[in-house]
Amino acid sequence: MDYKVKLEIFEGPLDLLLYLIKKEEIDIYDIPIAKITDQYLEYLEMMKLLDLDIAGEFIVMAATLMHIKSRMLLPPEEVQEEEMQEEDPRAELVKRLLEYKKFKEAADELAKKEAETSNIFVRKTGERPEARSDDSPFFEASIFDLLTAFSKVLKEVPKETFYQVVKEEFTVGDKIHDIFHMLVDMPKMYFSDLFKKAKSKLEVIVTFLAVLELIRLHEIIIVQHMPFSEIEIIRNPDTLKPVSKG
Amino acid sequence: MSSKDILRPLEALLFVSSEPVQMTQIKDALGLGDESVISEAIDTLKEKFESQDSAVRLIEVAGGFRLGTVPDVAQYIKKLVKGGKARLSRASLETLSIVAYRQPITRSEVEAIRGVNVEGALTTLLTRRLIRITGRMETSGRPILYGTTRLFLEHFGLNTLKDLPALSEYSEGDLSQEEREGIKELAKRDMQAGRKADGESAAGDPAKGKGQAG
Repeated sequence: MDYKVKLEIFEGPLDLLLYLIKKEEIDIYDIPIAKITDQYLEYLEMMKLLDLDIAGEFIVMAATLMHIKSRMLLPPEEVQEEEMQEEDPRAELVKRLLEYKKFKEAADELAKKEAETSNIFVRKTGERPEARSDDSPFFEASIFDLLTAFSKVLKEVPKETFYQVVKEEFTVGDKIHDIFHMLVDMPKMYFSDLFKKAKSKLEVIVTFLAVLELIRLHEIIIVQHMPFSEIEIIRNPDTLKPVSKG
Repeated sequence: MSSKDILRPLEALLFVSSEPVQMTQIKDALGLGDESVISEAIDTLKEKFESQDSAVRLIEVAGGFRLGTVPDVAQYIKKLVKGGKARLSRASLETLSIVAYRQPITRSEVEAIRGVNVEGALTTLLTRRLIRITGRMETSGRPILYGTTRLFLEHFGLNTLKDLPALSEYSEGDLSQEEREGIKELAKRDMQAGRKADGESAAGDPAKGKGQAG
């Protein structure tokens, strides 16, 4: 029976590009197009592998990147020194990225103000305040951070040294239960701990899908204390309920 | 009435109000037409709280006035009062900041900046009344225009939209002419380097073949 994880990715292709630019410490004014296109496509491949819902915009951006790359490989036209009309093929994209980046930064500033304001209390109205207060200072890990961690784990899976037809029994549902039980013993653990026992690529993928599903169900939260650091998994304190066996 | 006379009534008004009180409301309640007297009283009251090192201060937010606690007592209040307003997700914050800085703005204009569908985020923000529909753009299709609300100002502790933190300088509007030239120069160099690198890798490197099996 197919268990499809439907995780809505709110982040789009520009988010992914800015993420890669930040992660690889790329100079946004001088983007190495070939390198970033390759990495972008790698992430798309991972998302496809996990059957994640890839919005059309991601595919459009992939095509855009490849188009820019091809334009940059073409020999420059014979241009007179006075008429420089050949525009840098990356300029349009860089403009979009910079534009978006400044709003991302504005959003961070707003988040700070939101946090400050939340420490100032005023006379309440009769309204029920919307649920959830969270105070721990952590960075909200994004889907791309998860994918990065996932690709690391995938690379470390022991290579199957002999060809064996084995009926692999675990399902996403099983893995969800396993993770739950692990969390009962250790309320906080590192993302990579979940995969220590994994023996095959399939097991890694199924475990990862279980993590995504648990996130979607708001059962767990993923936390990063510093950007690009190890990801931690913790039970969502707002939805703690006893884990039933079986 | 001098500002001294209205100090107590003013304090009382601020105490009972669960929303920021507007100047017009104060004028009505006190039966006064003179704003300057009221402003004076407000300043006096503000100073009084500060000099007493009171846990309560007079703050200006969303174009009005209200009483609010100081941040350093928040930890105690949180034990008494359950949970605050839920913080916004990163996606909602980004969508919201685009609307805040570019209002009035249509959905597709927001999407052009964010590069992804924003319908969900806009719905969330509308539900939380942080944004509202301000009208329609008079172009074909008459798309809906969005803007921020007073609650938005309250939520972020802003007095007016002018108090929004300034957007990063480096990307104000279009790239400058110099930056454009700079990018062109780099592009030329990159192109030459790219063609050279491709020539090398196609020739020598067995690990980096084309068409890697997925």
